[in-house]
Amino acid sequence: MSPSKNEATPLVKRGLAEMLKGGVIMDVVNVEQAKIAEDSGAVAVMALERVPADIRAQGGVARMSDPDMIEDIMKAVSIPVMAKARIGHFVEAQVLQSLKVDYIDESEVLSPADYVNHIDKWKFDVPFVCGATNLGEALRRISEGAAMIRSKGEAGTGDVSEATKHIRTILGEINSLSAKSEDELYVAAKELQAPYDLVREVARTKKLPVVLFVAGGVATPADAAMMMQMGADGVFVGSGIFKSGDPVKRAAAIVKAVAAFNDPAVIAESSRGLGEAMVGINVSDLPAPHRLSERGW
Amino acid sequence: MRVGVFALQGDVREHLLILSKLGVDTLEVRNATALNEIDSLILPGGESTTMSKLIDIFDLRKPLQEFIVSGKPVFGTCAGMIMLASNVVDSAAGQQSLNAMDISVQRNAFGSQLDSFEATVSFAGQDAKVAFIRAPKVLEAGDGVEVLSKLEDGSIVAVRQKNLLATAFHPELTGDSSVHSYFLGMAQS
Repeated sequence: MSPSKNEATPLVKRGLAEMLKGGVIMDVVNVEQAKIAEDSGAVAVMALERVPADIRAQGGVARMSDPDMIEDIMKAVSIPVMAKARIGHFVEAQVLQSLKVDYIDESEVLSPADYVNHIDKWKFDVPFVCGATNLGEALRRISEGAAMIRSKGEAGTGDVSEATKHIRTILGEINSLSAKSEDELYVAAKELQAPYDLVREVARTKKLPVVLFVAGGVATPADAAMMMQMGADGVFVGSGIFKSGDPVKRAAAIVKAVAAFNDPAVIAESSRGLGEAMVGINVSDLPAPHRLSERGW
Repeated sequence: MRVGVFALQGDVREHLLILSKLGVDTLEVRNATALNEIDSLILPGGESTTMSKLIDIFDLRKPLQEFIVSGKPVFGTCAGMIMLASNVVDSAAGQQSLNAMDISVQRNAFGSQLDSFEATVSFAGQDAKVAFIRAPKVLEAGDGVEVLSKLEDGSIVAVRQKNLLATAFHPELTGDSSVHSYFLGMAQS
């Protein structure tokens, strides 16, 4: 007996992200990389034409990927496939939904299509993940319908410092919110520039209402485990795997380190003999206009 | 009585929340030692290919299979059902189940995330509010397997074989604790 099937409810959208917890989501640009990701134990892949390090190096406008390429990857793997739309580009999101991707990332890694509005994500049946650098930004995205949040970090750098800053900021702000009394939450909502109801929910539950992953600059098993120890639900690794010397080994090593994030002996073991990490750029050397984390608001 | 939740990957927290709501002592199971400290085990929802890899990476296949054979109750939800099945018809390369229940399952049997849904199902004669997220289906169940829930279209979505319980759906996401209560009943009897 199933009197009614309710699809695309907030629970169903957020539910898939709950299943990804404790896992690694890997950026892949072709079928071969997608298969490596699945074989190494990734919980999902992000299909895109250029990893952030290449977008950064090549410059120009970065857009949604070719549907052929996304569909090839969807056919090649059985794990969930995510794909990126530009911030505010609701038609790219419509296209991705029509392809039946499992999640859409409204991503600052691509060039924004709208410098004022993000996509109204409630209008879609496919769930969205969005980036955030602080709690207010995370809650604004959730109020627009995001079903999963990833802290932004600074994509394509291999420098984990921004990822650290953003996850610490978000979790720190949740902590201080939960220490406030009820009557202080109205002003807290004003200061966070976020809806009062969401602010109150976070204060009560001491967590975001959706899953929180970390992204942007994670390059090693130790980076990934550090994000988990700080309280991330899981990790996105973009350029860090397929821009490194031995992607097969590094992908498996990061999966292992995330699963055993509290065990330094396992992290040591998975850090051995990985070859070269991605070259990396120090975020402090990046001129402000080139910092992706400042896209979105 | 203490219930373990296999905690290398997946929606561990949701299972722990329901168990603690039911007043049960819980333990996150990350290694073989923890299996000696629990009376029953839940394999949560998650990504079954990932779980399969992690079970081998951390040498947990044999200890888990021994736990299952010992007759202690084990409950798998979604990915956990896939892990318990003897046959996974569309397994990914290198994916291996624990080969414990006489069932054949198909992964992502309803389609993509767009086909995920919430529903009230009849489970062991009682209504339960559950969620199907990129859910599997049981294609075939052996003689010793009791079917506990079917959808209107006949799809088998919950089964029991002796000490083993498996659901294609997530009873842990909706706040409905009836399926967990059923499992605790198995553990007590």
